[in-house]
Amino acid sequence: MNFDLTEEQQILVDSVQRFVQNDSGTERFRKLRETERGWEPAMWERMAEYGWLGVVYPEEQGGFGGSFVDLALILEQLGRGLVPEPIIPSVVLAGGLVARLGTPQQVERWLAPMIEGRTSLALAYAERQSRYCLHDVKTSAERKGAGYVLRGQKVWVLNGHAADQIVVAARTAGAQQDRKGLSLFVVDAGARGLTRTAVGGMDGQRTALLELDGVEVAEDARLGGEGDALAHLEWAIDRGAAAACAEGQGAIQELFDRTVAYLKQRQQFGVPIGSFQALQHRAADMFSELELCRSTMILAAIQADSEDDEERQAEISAAKLQLSQGGWFVQENAIQLFGGIGVTDEQDEGLFFKRLRVLQGLFGDADHHVDRFQRLGRFAKD
Amino acid sequence: MDLAFTPEQQNFREEVRKWIPRAMPADMRRKAEAGASFHQDETMQWHRILYEKGWIAPHWPKEVGGTGWDVGRRFIFQEEIVRANAPELSPFGLSMVGPLLIQFGNAEQKARFLPKILSGDEVWCQGYSEPNAGSDLASLQLRAVKDGDDYVLNGQKTWTTYAQYADWIFVLARTNNEGKKQEGISFLLADIKNTPGITVKPFLTTGGTDAFSETWFKDARVPQKNRVGPENGGWAMAKALLGHERTLIGGIAESGKWVQRVKRIARETPVGTGTLFDDPSFRRRIAKLEMRYRAVAMANLRTLAAAQVGRAPGAESSILKIVGTELYQEATELAMDAMGHAAMGWFDAPESAMPEHERWVASQFNYLRAATIYGGSNEIQKNIIAKQILRLPGA
Repeated sequence: MNFDLTEEQQILVDSVQRFVQNDSGTERFRKLRETERGWEPAMWERMAEYGWLGVVYPEEQGGFGGSFVDLALILEQLGRGLVPEPIIPSVVLAGGLVARLGTPQQVERWLAPMIEGRTSLALAYAERQSRYCLHDVKTSAERKGAGYVLRGQKVWVLNGHAADQIVVAARTAGAQQDRKGLSLFVVDAGARGLTRTAVGGMDGQRTALLELDGVEVAEDARLGGEGDALAHLEWAIDRGAAAACAEGQGAIQELFDRTVAYLKQRQQFGVPIGSFQALQHRAADMFSELELCRSTMILAAIQADSEDDEERQAEISAAKLQLSQGGWFVQENAIQLFGGIGVTDEQDEGLFFKRLRVLQGLFGDADHHVDRFQRLGRFAKD
Repeated sequence: MDLAFTPEQQNFREEVRKWIPRAMPADMRRKAEAGASFHQDETMQWHRILYEKGWIAPHWPKEVGGTGWDVGRRFIFQEEIVRANAPELSPFGLSMVGPLLIQFGNAEQKARFLPKILSGDEVWCQGYSEPNAGSDLASLQLRAVKDGDDYVLNGQKTWTTYAQYADWIFVLARTNNEGKKQEGISFLLADIKNTPGITVKPFLTTGGTDAFSETWFKDARVPQKNRVGPENGGWAMAKALLGHERTLIGGIAESGKWVQRVKRIARETPVGTGTLFDDPSFRRRIAKLEMRYRAVAMANLRTLAAAQVGRAPGAESSILKIVGTELYQEATELAMDAMGHAAMGWFDAPESAMPEHERWVASQFNYLRAATIYGGSNEIQKNIIAKQILRLPGA
């Protein structure tokens, strides 16, 4: 048991930190949030050159054989600069499913160009009525000849507006909420019958609404077996939640550090406001929650690679709860301690606040994860 | 970064898990299985069993009688001890004055005191707080005046937990009234049973137990050779000790036990045609507690792992005291809620009214209000975080 970074991990963290400091701070994000895409392909290619886009995949798939912890360390540092390139949708969600389920040909076709930074991916799983339930799926995939026809609507698809391919969860059998009968299909962005509407998020990042109106895909567009996609989807969304905790950790840490610096600098009543005990104790409580966020984030990142489904789910749910409640405690108090300027757009703190709130709702909020935890077999047994 | 236990560590877990019930006398085993609380004589009996096995001091260096285990083994051992509901050992010798003597004591003091802490032949208690020195501990007034080879002590200590069972007490005493108040304090060891002039009077706590005492010193003579470290140099050592103390008084392992206890109560509490455990809204409350426990336990593990590679428990350990004790209290509060009407029961209720493991819940619920107060109140811990970690300016 050891929680120290390896030498390689320390080098990785240092290099991402330098990247954020030199090339991708909040000024860059402010420019990008005004653009249609919201992120830069040239920067995506640079991330590929650094190896960040392939770090979690095995070497035989063109990756670097690293662990999820490595990726979490990258995401944490990127979170400190609000870096908007789509690592979570492309590398963690869609890329993760292609690597897990894809045939060598599918991996070659869709994963390899993404690892090289030439394409990006997205995963379309949520529907209007599904909330956080992954098997509430109306979108249908009907057999037609040697392929399938997809019909339905997907919402809040992260990077759905810019992705070159989108992995779509659709029902090949069963009723709307059945656990069985879900399949995954890779749909090209330019497919006939696919309409993508970009939807701006409150955090300045982009998502998309997808209309699938008779989109035809070939048999070899299906990832994995027919009808058994749910467990894989759950796995991918769990890793998304662990990734959200990692990126969120960077954002919380940054917000906290800025708040403590402000407490030392801002003067009222002739003294720094950080000398007031009421505010000191609030800062101490924020520090406690920040440290608990870090602890659960590490545990979630370690368990993200686990094939023990229940243990993975338990730790990731615990981490997501902590991000949603402990992280929230930090961010709401950060704004309070900044006072009026904390609610101005020109001040960066609000940007972190908004990104955090988005990450807290993604892949299941606090209530969802508490509920999932209490339904685990292990919870009832212990 | 690696969370996995090695096969040797896994084997060790098996060994400990099998050993504990076999090592316990039948009556202790029965109480442990029932989740009951233990009396002082049972605790000391268990102390001696662990001592015979050589497992009494996992956190001491090997050369002074520790086990030499790595942090993984220590963690596993602690988990298994708690899991088995073994009696909780008194921390004052093993975890407080012991480590302090190892760090600051002279050779003679180590030889005199450490072996009997390990064997349990001498039980210790802590004399820090006074009626007018609580959170402001450095303003303590127990006077120690040199006279020949002795110090003569006059004054009062309070909240001396389990002083009535102790053979020895370690005290902070004032040896100088000039200059900064922190710089006139010495660390002394007194034979609480056999020194004329020392009297102990237990308090009844709201938990119905006599956990705390008041201890009076009237012309009590303590040999100068029982001073640890330099005269007037006691404060720095006491602070180092508080660092150790905070890592263990968070009650984190115990909170884990309480999570299990709440589940057991919920499973055994009938509601309608089922049990309370079938109620999703109550299950969510337990789930939330268990998830918080996982977060706090991991923070604790990170601190232990840092200690393993030689980083002393720093001010960061303060968060463990705060979040650990809050969790500990919350667990007892949920156990009370789970019991419904039975929450009004007391530990002398008959078996027909409530099972043994429920009988101590109300007592613990009441007593553990002290958890956020003792060892430096949680507000003091927040001051420490603000000043020592966040470096916020003084008021």
